[in-house]
Amino acid sequence: MTTAAQILQQFQATGVQTCFHDRHINPQIYADLNGSNWGIKDYEARGGYAALKKILGKDGGEGLTQDQVIATVKESGLRGRGGAGFPTGLKWSFMPRQFPGQKHLVCNSDEGEPGTCKDRDILMYNPHSVIEGMIIGAYAMGISLGYNYIHGEIFQVYERFEAALEEARAAGYLGDNILGSSFNFELHAHHGFGAYICGEETALLESLEGKKGQPRFKPPFPASFGLYGKPTTINNTETFAAVPWIIRHGGQAYLECGKPNNGGTKIFSVSGDVEKPGNYEVPLGTPFAKLLELAGGVRKGRQLKAVIPGGSSSPVLPAAIMMECTMDYDSIAKAGSMLGSGAVIVMDDSRDMVESLLRLSYFYQHESCGQCTPCREGTGWLWRVVNRIEHGQGRAEDIELLDNVAFNIMGRTICALGDAAAMPVRAMLKHFRHEFEAKIAAASKAKAA
Amino acid sequence: MVEIELDGQKVEIAEGSMVIHAAEKANVYIPHFCYHKKLSIAASCRMCLVDIEKAPKPMPACATPVTQGMIVHTKTDKALKAQQSVMEFLLINHPLDCPICDQGGECQLQDLAVGYGASASRYEEEKRVVLKKNIGPLISTDEMTRCIHCTRCVRFGAEIGGDMELGMINRGEHAEITTVKGDTVDSELSGNMIDVCPVGALTSKPFRYSARTWELSRRKSIAPHDSTGANIVVQVKNHRVMRVVPLENEAVNECWIADRDRFSYEALNSDQRLTRPMLKQGGQWQEVDWQTALEYVANGIKCVREKHGDKAVGALVSPHSTVEELHLAATLVRGLGSDNIDHRLRHAEFTAPEGVRWLGMPIAGLSDLQSALVVGSNLRKDHPLFAQRIRQAARKGCQVFAINAQTYDWALPATQIVAGYAEWTRVLANIAAAVAQEKGISAPLPGQADESALSVARALLGGERKAVLLGNAAAHHGQASQLLALAQWLGKETGASFGYLTEAANTVGAQFAGAQPRQAGLNAGQMLAGQVKALLLLNTEPEFDSAAGSKAAQGLVDVDMVVTLSPFKANMDVSDVLLPIAPFTETSGSFINADGRVQSFHAVVRPLGETRPAWKVLRVLANIAGVPNVNFDSSQEVLAQLLGDCTQLSAAQLSNVTAAALADPGEAGAAPVVASIYQLDSLVRRAPALQHTADARAAVQGAVA
Repeated sequence: MTTAAQILQQFQATGVQTCFHDRHINPQIYADLNGSNWGIKDYEARGGYAALKKILGKDGGEGLTQDQVIATVKESGLRGRGGAGFPTGLKWSFMPRQFPGQKHLVCNSDEGEPGTCKDRDILMYNPHSVIEGMIIGAYAMGISLGYNYIHGEIFQVYERFEAALEEARAAGYLGDNILGSSFNFELHAHHGFGAYICGEETALLESLEGKKGQPRFKPPFPASFGLYGKPTTINNTETFAAVPWIIRHGGQAYLECGKPNNGGTKIFSVSGDVEKPGNYEVPLGTPFAKLLELAGGVRKGRQLKAVIPGGSSSPVLPAAIMMECTMDYDSIAKAGSMLGSGAVIVMDDSRDMVESLLRLSYFYQHESCGQCTPCREGTGWLWRVVNRIEHGQGRAEDIELLDNVAFNIMGRTICALGDAAAMPVRAMLKHFRHEFEAKIAAASKAKAA
Repeated sequence: MVEIELDGQKVEIAEGSMVIHAAEKANVYIPHFCYHKKLSIAASCRMCLVDIEKAPKPMPACATPVTQGMIVHTKTDKALKAQQSVMEFLLINHPLDCPICDQGGECQLQDLAVGYGASASRYEEEKRVVLKKNIGPLISTDEMTRCIHCTRCVRFGAEIGGDMELGMINRGEHAEITTVKGDTVDSELSGNMIDVCPVGALTSKPFRYSARTWELSRRKSIAPHDSTGANIVVQVKNHRVMRVVPLENEAVNECWIADRDRFSYEALNSDQRLTRPMLKQGGQWQEVDWQTALEYVANGIKCVREKHGDKAVGALVSPHSTVEELHLAATLVRGLGSDNIDHRLRHAEFTAPEGVRWLGMPIAGLSDLQSALVVGSNLRKDHPLFAQRIRQAARKGCQVFAINAQTYDWALPATQIVAGYAEWTRVLANIAAAVAQEKGISAPLPGQADESALSVARALLGGERKAVLLGNAAAHHGQASQLLALAQWLGKETGASFGYLTEAANTVGAQFAGAQPRQAGLNAGQMLAGQVKALLLLNTEPEFDSAAGSKAAQGLVDVDMVVTLSPFKANMDVSDVLLPIAPFTETSGSFINADGRVQSFHAVVRPLGETRPAWKVLRVLANIAGVPNVNFDSSQEVLAQLLGDCTQLSAAQLSNVTAAALADPGEAGAAPVVASIYQLDSLVRRAPALQHTADARAAVQGAVA
């Protein structure tokens, strides 16, 4: 096993920096992290587990009821950080608290969207924030058993989280009668094996149950039929990690970090053609231009061409539209894309959009679970047509075909992977159709000659 | 109940139903592949997408629960476009060479492609190819390339067969159905996967490329093997049986049949068929005409009666024969002044008839049991479809207990109490003692209410729907009457029904037709020991069908004349005459199944060669022998004489009640004789594909070892 010190060394040697190394715009939720202070003592010194003590009334106060915790989270405007942006407090209120059997709380750390690398850093450098957030969530929903499903390709992170869990158990934050209260909660870590589809919450549950990771048809939703058929709430790592801060500082304070309906800060994983790629924590509502500036601007002074604002599945936006946007759910949605998981992929003017789409299409046809027809057959078809165009075999009717196949996948699949595969295609064709037409024209010209 | 509107029709349907159920009720067809009414819902083929008002996206009808006031359109542009797009996706990797596909003409994909597919494909890349795999003698996967990943076969295995032998491996367009547990599919219900497969990916190995569906005539019939009485459709071409498929009957076999019901037809066309009567003269077999053969038999019987008396004539009959045949055989034997007739070939204990033994409950009730105690049965292999029903019950929480000499894999959760066959009465006595202890009454026999007995007792005492089921080994047991008496006591004290699973297609019918001694006639054991001088073997091969087994020939050495009536060249060593009689496909007749259901069938093909229906042969023999009042012109008249127009034996006609006193049973004698799944009767033993299955091979190896 690689020690924390080795990882830090490796980390510093490569010169890569993250939001945990002063790459942020205040206010900051993930403050004062230096890469080595992930342990429980340091976390407590930063005010960690104070939120838990507060709700349990162990800080001298009266404690918070379950309803009060949920109300606070609702007030904060916290929205799911995994991609869908569903209001967390509302989701928590769906859990049938009076359900007599076992209920489960699951943290989705199966971060597999190309471009996204925020959960990895949270678990690596501030694992206790997730643990504390989960304990608080479990308390609010009356759940006694939780799992953190960690992506299979970041094994060091899994080991780090296990180590943090050990610390939390030893300190009495997990287990029976937490901090002497009547509240019990046990939390386990589980690592997958790298399938992108297991980030889909019901596929994640299947995988956690030991089955093949394939999404379930909904309804029923996990809130009523989740892990092992029991009511289950699933939230993203970053969502849980924000909860202790919200409890400590109040929902209003969190909301005020961002903008109405888009409370708090968010970590953006900026990648692609920027000078300083990495994770950046900025308040929601920060102009994109400011985030780009923080990341050192477009590489080598080139022109910005386009941005995929929320992970590979979100529709691409041309530079002109993107520069008008602020980084929050509503603004990006209004521009015709999605904030998603916050993976900002920046493309400069040297980028070939057909080639870029080919990469994306390959990814989705590779990661489709194969369960339902439109996605199983359609993603491969999309990839083949894009591949044909890219390699000089395109035909005039291919653009229409691509758009139509993508349209036929969208909204007709069991899970959102079909949409995720189709949306980039349609967006690319919408904004950069001329590049596809040019390749096809060149191909037919070559053929004629 | 909720009311929804579907294509303008108001439909009332139970809450929790899916839109597709409402469509079925309203007689509106929604195209689908993965949906199957008996399997869990996958919602993966997406063919059944319909337009539901207020839903932004088209919704799968198979997985969308109805809600009050829901308005569904199945034929709007939105619905049709969605369905057409799914069809296009399904076809891009599916070969479009229906003319060379074995499923052609009966393919759901082909049918729906006509309705929803385009005339040309927009997909021009290479299609996916999936390599074939040999998964056993029954199912062909040669064209797995045609698979559309509906996972019906997978769900069938996991849910109905109880064993997930097929699964989908790999992801995306590389997803592939293949064996995931061992290399073969060995379920005794596996043939149903061929039926549920909507395309030509899983096809019948024995049937492949032997006929086209539209060339086949379809005739209803009844499976002649176990006591389920599964309803089947026999498909024939040019007076040859080409294939057997299930006929749906919710009260009997639902929409399934066991593999032996499906593939035993191969024996009908085998070269072991007897097509002309034969006589053994001077140790040599000679083919003769019917006249000669019948006169020889009649004369032989006459001589034996003159020399040894009427009681020297006997008949061993098969419980796989029809009611009509058995009734006539009994009439013949009794008309000759003998009472020596028996169908209880594998029994060890022969008691005077008390009642027609039966299941004790409707077959359909097995699916809803809350607890079941199965005694002396390899349920899954002896009665595959009963096991399937009990498996469904177990899925709903039924507690299943078994008492057997070994543990069996029944592919359902069962508590197996392993006890040597000689101990079964003791184990049942223990359970009785446990029931007595729980109820505070006195035990019928001394017994120890140990932990396992108490768990059975508590399960049987709780709930409302429960049964004590005696299997073939219990029926053939040396202490069968004690086992029944104990089951009766348990039934009475716990409110459970009790009865026999009954071995063969017509075990109940054989009892009802009087195919066993009524007045101290010789029983099967005595006849097999050679206590008669003239013996008719109706559709039986003592070596394989009787408790005597390989010793049967020895016992029959001193019998002056042995007449075999069989569709096959059977009993060549012990017989003097072979009379070719029609198997179930070549004669009309009836079977009475385990729950007393009288099911009649017609001949589906004409008799092979000079084969005659056995009821006619027996009638003629009776006529020649001068037995009075045997002048039937049809098998229906024979049945009418016995049963009137009854189609279900009444409670008064069936009874498991026994007057046998509960007592220490003493020595148990030899181990009960039971047939393994593919050794049960003369048909399955001659079905080549079935004999190549793992079950058949295991039985042979077991016999060798």
